[in-house]
Amino acid sequence: MKALVWHGKQDIRHETVPDPAIEAPRDAIIKVTSCAICGSDLHLFHNCIPAMKPGDIVGHEMMGEVVETGSAVTNLRKGERVVIPFTINCDECDQCRRGNYSLCERSNRNGELADKVFGHRTAGLFGYTHLTGGYAGGQAEYLRVPFADSTHIKVPDGMTDEQALFLGDIFPTGWQAAIQADIQPTDTVAIWGAGPVGQMAIRSAILLGAKQVICIDRLPERLSMAEAGGAVPINFEDESVLERLNELTDNRGPDKCIDCVGLEAHASQHIDSMIDRVKQATLMESDRPHVLREMIYVCRGGGVLSIPGVYGGLVDKIPFGMAMNKGLTFRMGQTHVRRWTADLTRRIAEGQIDPSFVITHTAKLEEGPGMYRVFEQKQDSCIKVVLKPN
Amino acid sequence: MNASSTLVTSRPDRSLTVTDRVARGLGWFSLALGAAEILAPGRLGRALGLEGKERLLQAYGGREIGAGVWALSDTPAPAIWARVAGDLVDLATLAAGLRGADDEQKRNNLVALAAVGGITLVDLLTALSLTAEQSERRGDTGRDYSDRSGFPRGVEQARGLAGQQAVPVDFQVTATAERREEALEPA
Repeated sequence: MKALVWHGKQDIRHETVPDPAIEAPRDAIIKVTSCAICGSDLHLFHNCIPAMKPGDIVGHEMMGEVVETGSAVTNLRKGERVVIPFTINCDECDQCRRGNYSLCERSNRNGELADKVFGHRTAGLFGYTHLTGGYAGGQAEYLRVPFADSTHIKVPDGMTDEQALFLGDIFPTGWQAAIQADIQPTDTVAIWGAGPVGQMAIRSAILLGAKQVICIDRLPERLSMAEAGGAVPINFEDESVLERLNELTDNRGPDKCIDCVGLEAHASQHIDSMIDRVKQATLMESDRPHVLREMIYVCRGGGVLSIPGVYGGLVDKIPFGMAMNKGLTFRMGQTHVRRWTADLTRRIAEGQIDPSFVITHTAKLEEGPGMYRVFEQKQDSCIKVVLKPN
Repeated sequence: MNASSTLVTSRPDRSLTVTDRVARGLGWFSLALGAAEILAPGRLGRALGLEGKERLLQAYGGREIGAGVWALSDTPAPAIWARVAGDLVDLATLAAGLRGADDEQKRNNLVALAAVGGITLVDLLTALSLTAEQSERRGDTGRDYSDRSGFPRGVEQARGLAGQQAVPVDFQVTATAERREEALEPA
Protein backbone atom coordinates (compact mmCIF):
# COMPACT_ATOMS: atom_id res chain seq x y z
CA MET A 1 0.00 0.00 0.00
CA LYS A 2 0.94 3.67 -0.17
CA ALA A 3 1.60 5.72 2.95
CA LEU A 4 3.31 8.88 4.17
CA VAL A 5 6.59 7.89 5.76
CA TRP A 6 8.81 9.90 8.13
CA HIS A 7 12.49 9.97 7.19
CA GLY A 8 13.79 12.77 9.38
CA LYS A 9 13.44 16.46 9.98
CA GLN A 10 11.02 17.99 7.43
CA ASP A 11 11.36 14.83 5.37
CA ILE A 12 8.06 13.05 4.71
CA ARG A 13 7.73 10.85 1.63
CA HIS A 14 4.86 9.12 -0.15
CA GLU A 15 6.10 5.56 -0.45
CA THR A 16 5.08 1.96 -0.94
CA VAL A 17 5.10 0.03 2.35
CA PRO A 18 3.94 -3.47 3.33
CA ASP A 19 0.18 -3.89 3.82
CA PRO A 20 -0.87 -4.16 7.47
CA ALA A 21 -2.15 -7.51 8.70
CA ILE A 22 -4.06 -8.79 11.72
CA GLU A 23 -1.51 -9.48 14.46
CA ALA A 24 -3.72 -10.07 17.49
CA PRO A 25 -7.31 -11.23 18.09
CA ARG A 26 -8.47 -7.72 19.02
CA ASP A 27 -7.05 -6.11 15.83
CA ALA A 28 -8.95 -4.75 12.86
CA ILE A 29 -7.81 -3.45 9.49
CA ILE A 30 -9.34 -0.22 8.25
CA LYS A 31 -9.39 1.02 4.69
CA VAL A 32 -8.71 4.71 5.23
CA THR A 33 -11.13 7.02 3.43
CA SER A 34 -10.03 10.32 4.99
CA CYS A 35 -7.15 11.42 7.15
CA ALA A 36 -5.81 14.78 8.24
CA ILE A 37 -2.54 16.47 9.01
CA CYS A 38 -2.56 17.57 12.64
CA GLY A 39 -0.60 20.38 14.27
CA SER A 40 1.20 17.76 16.34
CA ASP A 41 2.28 16.07 13.10
CA LEU A 42 4.27 19.27 12.55
CA HIS A 43 6.12 18.65 15.83
CA LEU A 44 7.17 15.28 14.38
CA PHE A 45 7.93 16.97 11.05
CA HIS A 46 10.28 19.35 12.86
CA ASN A 47 11.78 16.45 14.81
CA CYS A 48 10.81 18.05 18.11
CA ILE A 49 9.40 14.82 19.55
CA PRO A 50 12.05 12.26 20.51
CA ALA A 51 12.17 8.61 19.45
CA MET A 52 10.87 8.73 15.89
CA LYS A 53 12.55 6.32 13.49
CA PRO A 54 13.07 6.64 9.72
CA GLY A 55 10.42 4.50 8.07
CA ASP A 56 7.65 5.32 10.55
CA ILE A 57 4.22 5.81 8.97
CA VAL A 58 2.73 9.06 10.26
CA GLY A 59 -0.80 10.28 10.88
CA HIS A 60 -3.18 9.99 13.81
CA GLU A 61 -6.41 11.56 12.52
CA MET A 62 -8.10 9.02 10.31
CA MET A 63 -11.31 7.23 9.52
CA GLY A 64 -12.43 4.57 7.12
CA GLU A 65 -14.20 1.29 6.55
CA VAL A 66 -13.57 -1.94 8.39
CA VAL A 67 -12.16 -4.53 5.98
CA GLU A 68 -10.96 -7.24 8.35
CA THR A 69 -11.33 -8.09 12.02
CA GLY A 70 -9.50 -10.34 14.46
CA SER A 71 -11.24 -13.28 16.08
CA ALA A 72 -12.02 -11.40 19.30
CA VAL A 73 -13.64 -8.38 17.64
CA THR A 74 -17.36 -8.99 17.75
CA ASN A 75 -18.70 -5.46 17.70
CA LEU A 76 -17.41 -4.41 14.27
CA ARG A 77 -18.42 -5.78 10.91
CA LYS A 78 -16.91 -5.38 7.47
CA GLY A 79 -17.95 -2.21 5.69
CA GLU A 80 -18.79 -0.28 8.86
CA ARG A 81 -17.56 3.31 8.90
CA VAL A 82 -15.45 4.19 11.89
CA VAL A 83 -13.33 7.06 13.13
CA ILE A 84 -10.21 5.86 14.92
CA PRO A 85 -9.23 7.77 18.08
CA PHE A 86 -5.56 8.68 18.14
CA THR A 87 -5.22 7.19 21.63
CA ILE A 88 -5.33 3.39 21.62
CA ASN A 89 -7.20 2.00 24.61
CA CYS A 90 -7.86 -1.47 25.98
CA ASP A 91 -10.99 -0.51 27.95
CA GLU A 92 -9.99 -2.96 30.68
CA CYS A 93 -7.07 -1.53 32.66
CA ASP A 94 -7.49 0.65 35.73
CA GLN A 95 -6.82 3.91 33.85
CA CYS A 96 -9.33 3.05 31.10
CA ARG A 97 -11.92 2.19 33.74
CA ARG A 98 -11.34 5.65 35.24
CA GLY A 99 -11.95 7.22 31.83
CA ASN A 100 -8.28 8.14 31.45
CA TYR A 101 -8.01 6.54 28.03
CA SER A 102 -4.85 8.42 27.03
CA LEU A 103 -3.15 6.79 30.00
CA CYS A 104 -4.16 3.24 29.09
CA GLU A 105 -1.72 0.90 30.81
CA ARG A 106 -1.83 -1.88 28.24
CA SER A 107 -1.87 -0.35 24.77
CA ASN A 108 1.69 1.03 24.67
CA ARG A 109 3.78 -1.85 23.36
CA ASN A 110 6.94 0.06 24.34
CA GLY A 111 5.61 0.56 27.85
CA GLU A 112 8.91 -0.34 29.53
CA LEU A 113 10.70 2.38 27.57
CA ALA A 114 7.95 4.86 28.45
CA ASP A 115 8.20 3.84 32.12
CA LYS A 116 11.87 4.79 32.07
CA VAL A 117 11.41 8.09 30.22
CA PHE A 118 8.09 9.34 31.66
CA GLY A 119 8.20 7.58 35.02
CA HIS A 120 5.03 5.72 34.11
CA ARG A 121 3.70 4.71 30.75
CA THR A 122 1.00 6.41 28.73
CA ALA A 123 -1.29 4.97 26.07
CA GLY A 124 -0.20 3.80 22.66
CA LEU A 125 -0.71 6.40 19.95
CA PHE A 126 -0.94 6.02 16.19
CA GLY A 127 1.73 7.56 13.97
CA TYR A 128 3.71 9.02 16.82
CA THR A 129 6.93 8.47 18.73
CA HIS A 130 8.17 5.02 19.76
CA LEU A 131 7.73 6.21 23.35
CA THR A 132 4.03 5.75 22.68
CA GLY A 133 4.33 2.42 20.95
CA GLY A 134 5.56 3.41 17.50
CA TYR A 135 2.32 2.21 15.89
CA ALA A 136 1.94 2.80 12.16
CA GLY A 137 -0.18 5.88 11.48
CA GLY A 138 -3.23 6.55 9.38
CA GLN A 139 -1.85 8.72 6.59
CA ALA A 140 -1.98 5.57 4.55
CA GLU A 141 -4.33 3.49 2.47
CA TYR A 142 -4.84 0.95 5.25
CA LEU A 143 -4.37 0.94 9.02
CA ARG A 144 -4.06 -1.80 11.61
CA VAL A 145 -6.04 -0.87 14.70
CA PRO A 146 -4.94 -2.67 17.89
CA PHE A 147 -7.64 -3.14 20.54
CA ALA A 148 -10.06 -2.31 17.74
CA ASP A 149 -13.11 -3.46 19.67
CA SER A 150 -12.62 -0.51 22.02
CA THR A 151 -10.56 1.84 19.83
CA HIS A 152 -13.18 3.06 17.40
CA ILE A 153 -16.08 5.47 17.06
CA LYS A 154 -18.93 4.34 14.84
CA VAL A 155 -20.08 6.94 12.35
CA PRO A 156 -23.85 7.46 12.27
CA ASP A 157 -25.60 7.07 8.93
CA GLY A 158 -25.78 10.30 7.01
CA MET A 159 -22.74 11.87 8.65
CA THR A 160 -20.06 12.79 6.10
CA ASP A 161 -16.37 12.02 6.50
CA GLU A 162 -15.70 15.73 6.84
CA GLN A 163 -18.17 16.05 9.72
CA ALA A 164 -16.97 12.94 11.54
CA LEU A 165 -13.20 12.85 10.93
CA PHE A 166 -12.23 15.26 13.68
CA LEU A 167 -13.94 13.14 16.36
CA GLY A 168 -10.67 11.21 16.40
CA ASP A 169 -8.55 14.08 17.71
CA ILE A 170 -8.97 17.82 17.32
CA PHE A 171 -12.64 18.12 18.27
CA PRO A 172 -12.39 16.12 21.52
CA THR A 173 -9.00 17.76 22.14
CA GLY A 174 -10.50 21.24 21.95
CA TRP A 175 -13.47 19.99 23.94
CA GLN A 176 -11.35 18.45 26.71
CA ALA A 177 -9.32 21.66 26.81
CA ALA A 178 -12.50 23.59 27.57
CA ILE A 179 -13.87 20.93 29.92
CA GLN A 180 -10.57 20.93 31.86
CA ALA A 181 -10.99 24.68 32.32
CA ASP A 182 -14.36 24.01 33.98
CA ILE A 183 -15.90 27.03 32.23
CA GLN A 184 -18.54 29.00 34.11
CA PRO A 185 -21.12 31.40 32.60
CA THR A 186 -19.24 34.34 34.13
CA ASP A 187 -15.86 33.33 32.73
CA THR A 188 -13.59 35.04 30.26
CA VAL A 189 -11.62 32.35 28.47
CA ALA A 190 -8.42 33.26 26.64
CA ILE A 191 -7.20 30.80 24.03
CA TRP A 192 -3.68 31.02 22.61
CA GLY A 193 -3.41 29.68 19.05
CA ALA A 194 -6.08 29.80 16.35
CA GLY A 195 -4.96 26.63 14.64
CA PRO A 196 -7.34 23.67 14.32
CA VAL A 197 -7.31 22.74 18.04
CA GLY A 198 -7.67 26.41 19.02
CA GLN A 199 -10.68 26.71 16.69
CA MET A 200 -12.28 23.66 18.30
CA ALA A 201 -11.52 24.99 21.79
CA ILE A 202 -13.25 28.27 20.91
CA ARG A 203 -16.41 26.45 19.76
CA SER A 204 -16.29 24.22 22.82
CA ALA A 205 -15.97 27.21 25.16
CA ILE A 206 -18.98 28.80 23.47
CA LEU A 207 -21.02 25.58 23.78
CA LEU A 208 -20.05 25.40 27.45
CA GLY A 209 -21.38 28.90 27.93
CA ALA A 210 -18.35 31.16 28.44
CA LYS A 211 -19.30 34.81 28.81
CA GLN A 212 -16.37 35.96 26.69
CA VAL A 213 -13.89 34.02 24.55
CA ILE A 214 -10.68 35.65 23.36
CA CYS A 215 -8.26 34.18 20.84
CA ILE A 216 -4.61 35.15 20.36
CA ASP A 217 -2.74 34.51 17.10
CA ARG A 218 -0.93 36.48 14.41
CA LEU A 219 -2.46 35.18 11.18
CA PRO A 220 -5.44 37.20 9.91
CA GLU A 221 -7.12 34.23 8.24
CA ARG A 222 -7.02 32.20 11.46
CA LEU A 223 -8.24 35.14 13.51
CA SER A 224 -11.11 35.69 11.06
CA MET A 225 -12.18 32.06 11.59
CA ALA A 226 -11.82 32.49 15.36
CA GLU A 227 -13.97 35.60 15.29
CA ALA A 228 -16.58 33.77 13.21
CA GLY A 229 -16.79 31.20 16.00
CA GLY A 230 -17.50 33.83 18.61
CA ALA A 231 -14.04 34.86 19.82
CA VAL A 232 -12.60 38.33 20.27
CA PRO A 233 -9.39 38.27 18.19
CA ILE A 234 -6.03 39.60 19.38
CA ASN A 235 -3.23 39.80 16.84
CA PHE A 236 -0.05 39.65 18.92
CA GLU A 237 1.94 41.26 16.12
CA ASP A 238 -0.28 44.32 16.16
CA GLU A 239 -1.08 44.81 19.84
CA SER A 240 0.09 43.94 23.34
CA VAL A 241 -1.54 40.70 24.45
CA LEU A 242 -1.23 41.58 28.13
CA GLU A 243 -2.64 45.08 27.78
CA ARG A 244 -5.51 43.93 25.59
CA LEU A 245 -6.42 41.00 27.85
CA ASN A 246 -6.44 43.23 30.90
CA GLU A 247 -8.51 45.79 29.02
CA LEU A 248 -11.08 43.14 28.06
CA THR A 249 -11.33 41.87 31.65
CA ASP A 250 -11.42 45.11 33.66
CA ASN A 251 -7.80 44.49 34.65
CA ARG A 252 -8.63 41.18 36.34
CA GLY A 253 -7.16 38.90 33.71
CA PRO A 254 -8.89 35.95 32.07
CA ASP A 255 -10.40 33.40 34.45
CA LYS A 256 -9.36 30.51 32.23
CA CYS A 257 -6.40 30.30 29.86
CA ILE A 258 -6.00 27.58 27.22
CA ASP A 259 -2.68 26.86 25.48
CA CYS A 260 -3.41 25.51 22.00
CA VAL A 261 0.12 26.28 20.79
CA GLY A 262 2.48 23.97 22.66
CA LEU A 263 6.18 23.53 22.20
CA GLU A 264 6.73 25.54 19.01
CA ALA A 265 5.55 29.00 20.02
CA HIS A 266 6.30 31.58 17.34
CA ALA A 267 9.33 33.78 18.02
CA SER A 268 7.67 37.17 18.49
CA GLN A 269 9.11 40.48 19.55
CA HIS A 270 9.32 39.16 23.11
CA ILE A 271 12.91 38.52 24.08
CA ASP A 272 12.10 35.25 25.86
CA SER A 273 10.63 33.79 22.67
CA MET A 274 13.76 34.74 20.72
CA ILE A 275 16.01 33.16 23.35
CA ASP A 276 13.86 30.00 23.27
CA ARG A 277 14.32 29.83 19.49
CA VAL A 278 18.10 29.99 19.81
CA LYS A 279 18.20 27.53 22.69
CA GLN A 280 16.01 25.05 20.86
CA ALA A 281 18.16 25.31 17.72
CA THR A 282 21.28 24.67 19.78
CA LEU A 283 19.70 21.76 21.68
CA MET A 284 19.81 23.61 25.01
CA GLU A 285 16.02 23.45 25.38
CA SER A 286 13.57 21.09 23.73
CA ASP A 287 10.43 23.26 23.90
CA ARG A 288 9.57 26.93 23.37
CA PRO A 289 7.18 27.77 26.22
CA HIS A 290 6.44 31.48 25.65
CA VAL A 291 2.69 30.88 25.81
CA LEU A 292 2.97 29.11 29.17
CA ARG A 293 4.87 32.06 30.64
CA GLU A 294 2.36 34.55 29.25
CA MET A 295 -0.61 32.55 30.56
CA ILE A 296 0.87 32.28 34.06
CA TYR A 297 1.50 36.02 34.10
CA VAL A 298 -1.85 37.21 32.80
CA CYS A 299 -4.25 34.65 34.29
CA ARG A 300 -6.45 35.86 37.09
CA GLY A 301 -5.49 34.62 40.56
CA GLY A 302 -7.18 31.32 41.31
CA GLY A 303 -7.63 30.72 37.59
CA VAL A 304 -7.14 27.61 35.54
CA LEU A 305 -4.55 26.92 32.85
CA SER A 306 -5.62 24.19 30.45
CA ILE A 307 -2.88 22.83 28.22
CA PRO A 308 -3.90 20.70 25.22
CA GLY A 309 -0.88 21.99 23.28
CA VAL A 310 1.81 19.34 23.00
CA TYR A 311 5.04 19.66 24.98
CA GLY A 312 7.83 17.21 24.31
CA GLY A 313 10.52 17.58 26.95
CA LEU A 314 12.14 20.37 28.91
CA VAL A 315 11.01 23.97 29.32
CA ASP A 316 13.11 26.77 30.79
CA LYS A 317 12.33 29.84 32.86
CA ILE A 318 8.80 28.95 33.84
CA PRO A 319 7.73 31.44 36.55
CA PHE A 320 6.50 28.78 38.90
CA GLY A 321 6.68 31.05 41.92
CA MET A 322 4.19 33.31 40.18
CA ALA A 323 1.92 30.36 39.48
CA MET A 324 2.17 29.14 43.07
CA ASN A 325 1.46 32.51 44.60
CA LYS A 326 -1.51 33.11 42.30
CA GLY A 327 -2.96 29.72 43.20
CA LEU A 328 -3.30 28.64 39.59
CA THR A 329 -4.58 25.22 38.63
CA PHE A 330 -2.86 23.41 35.76
CA ARG A 331 -4.82 20.82 33.76
CA MET A 332 -3.20 19.07 30.82
CA GLY A 333 -2.69 15.81 28.99
CA GLN A 334 -3.28 13.95 25.80
CA THR A 335 -6.97 13.64 25.05
CA HIS A 336 -9.06 10.84 26.53
CA VAL A 337 -10.80 10.78 23.15
CA ARG A 338 -13.40 8.09 23.80
CA ARG A 339 -14.54 9.75 26.98
CA TRP A 340 -16.10 12.54 24.95
CA THR A 341 -17.02 11.10 21.60
CA ALA A 342 -20.52 9.78 22.28
CA ASP A 343 -21.56 13.24 23.46
CA LEU A 344 -19.77 15.05 20.62
CA THR A 345 -21.10 12.69 17.94
CA ARG A 346 -24.60 13.45 19.19
CA ARG A 347 -23.94 17.19 19.05
CA ILE A 348 -22.80 16.91 15.43
CA ALA A 349 -25.79 14.74 14.53
CA GLU A 350 -28.14 17.24 16.19
CA GLY A 351 -26.62 20.11 14.22
CA GLN A 352 -25.25 21.95 17.26
CA ILE A 353 -21.86 22.08 15.56
CA ASP A 354 -20.33 21.07 12.24
CA PRO A 355 -16.56 20.55 12.65
CA SER A 356 -15.98 20.55 8.89
CA PHE A 357 -15.84 24.36 9.04
CA VAL A 358 -12.11 24.10 9.78
CA ILE A 359 -11.12 22.30 6.54
CA THR A 360 -9.37 24.67 4.16
CA HIS A 361 -7.50 22.21 1.92
CA THR A 362 -8.27 18.76 0.54
CA ALA A 363 -5.69 16.79 -1.43
CA LYS A 364 -4.77 13.26 -2.49
CA LEU A 365 -2.55 11.21 -0.19
CA GLU A 366 0.27 11.36 -2.75
CA GLU A 367 0.23 15.14 -2.40
CA GLY A 368 0.61 14.80 1.36
CA PRO A 369 4.36 15.58 1.62
CA GLY A 370 3.83 18.84 -0.24
CA MET A 371 0.81 19.62 1.93
CA TYR A 372 3.00 19.25 5.03
CA ARG A 373 5.04 22.16 3.70
CA VAL A 374 1.90 24.13 2.82
CA PHE A 375 0.55 23.61 6.36
CA GLU A 376 3.93 24.26 7.97
CA GLN A 377 4.42 27.52 6.08
CA LYS A 378 0.76 28.54 6.52
CA GLN A 379 0.79 28.97 2.76
CA ASP A 380 -2.43 29.72 0.92
CA SER A 381 -4.23 30.57 4.20
CA CYS A 382 -4.02 26.90 5.15
CA ILE A 383 -5.57 25.92 8.48
CA LYS A 384 -6.55 22.27 8.09
CA VAL A 385 -5.57 19.71 5.46
CA VAL A 386 -7.61 16.58 4.74
CA LEU A 387 -6.02 13.85 2.63
CA LYS A 388 -7.89 11.26 0.60
CA PRO A 389 -5.96 7.98 0.27
CA ASN A 390 -8.55 5.91 -1.56
CA MET B 1 -10.23 23.61 -2.66
CA ASN B 2 -7.88 21.40 -4.60
CA ALA B 3 -4.33 21.92 -3.49
CA SER B 4 -2.52 20.65 -6.57
CA SER B 5 -1.76 24.12 -7.80
CA THR B 6 -0.29 25.19 -4.49
CA LEU B 7 2.30 22.48 -4.04
CA VAL B 8 5.69 23.94 -3.40
CA THR B 9 8.10 21.03 -3.55
CA SER B 10 9.87 20.02 -6.68
CA ARG B 11 8.40 16.52 -6.15
CA PRO B 12 4.99 16.44 -4.50
CA ASP B 13 5.70 12.99 -3.06
CA ARG B 14 8.60 14.41 -1.01
CA SER B 15 8.51 17.28 1.43
CA LEU B 16 12.17 18.24 1.07
CA THR B 17 13.21 20.13 -2.05
CA VAL B 18 16.65 19.85 -3.64
CA THR B 19 17.39 23.32 -2.29
CA ASP B 20 16.48 22.21 1.23
CA ARG B 21 18.95 19.34 0.93
CA VAL B 22 21.73 21.61 -0.35
CA ALA B 23 21.03 24.06 2.50
CA ARG B 24 21.40 21.21 5.00
CA GLY B 25 24.67 20.16 3.37
CA LEU B 26 25.93 23.71 3.72
CA GLY B 27 24.88 23.68 7.36
CA TRP B 28 26.96 20.58 8.09
CA PHE B 29 29.85 22.03 6.08
CA SER B 30 29.66 25.20 8.17
CA LEU B 31 29.81 23.20 11.39
CA ALA B 32 32.84 21.22 10.21
CA LEU B 33 34.70 24.29 8.97
CA GLY B 34 33.83 26.22 12.11
CA ALA B 35 35.15 23.40 14.29
CA ALA B 36 38.41 23.32 12.30
CA GLU B 37 38.86 27.09 12.60
CA ILE B 38 38.24 27.04 16.33
CA LEU B 39 40.28 23.93 17.13
CA ALA B 40 43.23 24.34 14.71
CA PRO B 41 43.67 28.04 13.93
CA GLY B 42 47.47 27.80 14.00
CA ARG B 43 47.72 25.11 11.32
CA LEU B 44 45.15 26.85 9.13
CA GLY B 45 46.88 30.22 9.57
CA ARG B 46 50.28 28.84 8.64
CA ALA B 47 48.93 27.05 5.60
CA LEU B 48 47.10 30.12 4.29
CA GLY B 49 49.63 32.83 5.06
CA LEU B 50 47.49 34.15 7.89
CA GLU B 51 49.98 33.67 10.70
CA GLY B 52 49.25 35.88 13.69
CA LYS B 53 45.57 35.96 12.85
CA GLU B 54 44.59 32.89 14.86
CA ARG B 55 42.09 34.81 16.98
CA LEU B 56 40.43 36.14 13.83
CA LEU B 57 40.21 32.61 12.44
CA GLN B 58 38.63 31.42 15.67
CA ALA B 59 36.09 34.24 15.51
CA TYR B 60 35.28 33.17 11.94
CA GLY B 61 34.88 29.65 13.30
CA GLY B 62 32.30 30.89 15.78
CA ARG B 63 30.48 32.60 12.95
CA GLU B 64 30.51 29.37 10.91
CA ILE B 65 29.13 27.36 13.83
CA GLY B 66 26.30 29.87 14.30
CA ALA B 67 25.46 29.82 10.60
CA GLY B 68 25.62 26.02 10.56
CA VAL B 69 23.23 25.60 13.47
CA TRP B 70 20.83 28.09 11.94
CA ALA B 71 21.07 26.49 8.48
CA LEU B 72 20.03 23.17 10.01
CA SER B 73 16.93 24.73 11.62
CA ASP B 74 13.54 24.86 9.88
CA THR B 75 14.21 28.43 8.65
CA PRO B 76 17.57 28.17 6.87
CA ALA B 77 17.31 31.09 4.40
CA PRO B 78 18.69 33.85 6.69
CA ALA B 79 21.56 31.55 7.68
CA ILE B 80 22.52 30.95 4.06
CA TRP B 81 22.43 34.70 3.38
CA ALA B 82 24.65 35.13 6.44
CA ARG B 83 26.99 32.58 4.92
CA VAL B 84 27.13 34.62 1.68
CA ALA B 85 28.15 37.68 3.69
CA GLY B 86 30.67 35.58 5.61
CA ASP B 87 32.11 34.23 2.36
CA LEU B 88 32.81 37.78 1.18
CA VAL B 89 34.63 38.52 4.43
CA ASP B 90 36.62 35.28 4.03
CA LEU B 91 37.58 36.20 0.46
CA ALA B 92 38.79 39.62 1.59
CA THR B 93 40.79 38.07 4.44
CA LEU B 94 42.37 35.47 2.14
CA ALA B 95 43.21 38.14 -0.43
CA ALA B 96 44.91 40.17 2.29
CA GLY B 97 46.90 37.05 3.24
CA LEU B 98 48.52 36.97 -0.22
CA ARG B 99 50.68 39.93 0.75
CA GLY B 100 53.96 38.76 2.22
CA ALA B 101 53.16 35.06 1.84
CA ASP B 102 55.84 32.67 0.60
CA ASP B 103 55.32 30.63 -2.57
CA GLU B 104 53.78 27.63 -0.88
CA GLN B 105 51.46 29.79 1.21
CA LYS B 106 50.45 31.70 -1.93
CA ARG B 107 49.61 28.41 -3.65
CA ASN B 108 47.55 27.29 -0.65
CA ASN B 109 45.95 30.69 -0.43
CA LEU B 110 44.95 30.69 -4.10
CA VAL B 111 43.47 27.22 -3.75
CA ALA B 112 41.53 28.45 -0.72
CA LEU B 113 40.37 31.53 -2.64
CA ALA B 114 39.11 29.32 -5.48
CA ALA B 115 37.36 27.00 -3.02
CA VAL B 116 35.70 29.85 -1.12
CA GLY B 117 34.74 31.43 -4.46
CA GLY B 118 33.02 28.20 -5.47
CA ILE B 119 31.28 27.87 -2.10
CA THR B 120 30.18 31.50 -2.36
CA LEU B 121 28.49 30.71 -5.67
CA VAL B 122 26.70 27.68 -4.15
CA ASP B 123 25.67 29.74 -1.11
CA LEU B 124 24.37 32.56 -3.28
CA LEU B 125 22.35 30.26 -5.55
CA THR B 126 20.94 28.39 -2.53
CA ALA B 127 20.02 31.62 -0.73
CA LEU B 128 18.30 32.98 -3.83
CA SER B 129 16.43 29.73 -4.37
CA LEU B 130 15.31 29.47 -0.72
CA THR B 131 14.11 33.07 -0.78
CA ALA B 132 12.20 32.47 -4.02
CA GLU B 133 10.61 29.29 -2.57
CA GLN B 134 9.64 31.13 0.58
CA SER B 135 7.90 33.91 -1.26
CA GLU B 136 6.14 31.30 -3.41
CA ARG B 137 5.09 29.43 -0.27
CA ARG B 138 3.78 32.57 1.34
CA GLY B 139 1.25 32.64 -1.51
CA ASP B 140 -2.24 33.82 -0.76
CA THR B 141 -2.51 34.59 2.95
CA GLY B 142 -5.00 36.53 4.96
CA ARG B 143 -8.06 34.89 3.38
CA ASP B 144 -11.32 35.79 5.05
CA TYR B 145 -12.95 32.87 6.86
CA SER B 146 -15.52 35.00 8.64
CA ASP B 147 -18.34 32.85 7.22
CA ARG B 148 -17.06 29.73 9.01
CA SER B 149 -18.61 29.78 12.46
CA GLY B 150 -19.02 26.00 12.65
CA PHE B 151 -22.40 26.56 14.29
CA PRO B 152 -25.17 25.78 11.79
CA ARG B 153 -27.65 27.81 13.86
CA GLY B 154 -25.26 30.65 14.69
CA VAL B 155 -22.98 31.56 17.59
CA GLU B 156 -25.58 32.99 19.95
CA GLN B 157 -27.87 29.99 19.52
CA ALA B 158 -24.91 27.74 20.36
CA ARG B 159 -23.71 29.63 23.43
CA GLY B 160 -24.26 27.54 26.53
CA LEU B 161 -26.01 24.68 24.68
CA ALA B 162 -23.86 22.12 26.46
CA GLY B 163 -24.27 23.72 29.87
CA GLN B 164 -22.48 22.96 33.09
CA GLN B 165 -23.69 19.37 33.20
CA ALA B 166 -21.24 18.57 30.37
CA VAL B 167 -18.33 18.92 32.82
CA PRO B 168 -17.88 15.62 34.72
CA VAL B 169 -17.30 15.79 38.46
CA ASP B 170 -13.66 14.76 38.15
CA PHE B 171 -12.99 17.74 35.86
CA GLN B 172 -14.59 20.37 38.10
CA VAL B 173 -11.98 22.71 39.53
CA THR B 174 -13.66 26.08 39.83
CA ALA B 175 -14.98 27.32 43.15
CA THR B 176 -18.38 28.49 41.93
CA ALA B 177 -20.79 30.12 44.35
CA GLU B 178 -22.92 26.96 44.54
CA ARG B 179 -19.96 24.66 45.05
CA ARG B 180 -18.45 27.01 47.63
CA GLU B 181 -21.71 27.15 49.51
CA GLU B 182 -21.91 23.38 49.52
CA ALA B 183 -18.25 23.00 50.52
CA LEU B 184 -18.44 25.52 53.37
CA GLU B 185 -21.74 24.25 54.73
CA PRO B 186 -21.41 23.37 58.42
CA ALA B 187 -21.43 19.64 58.98
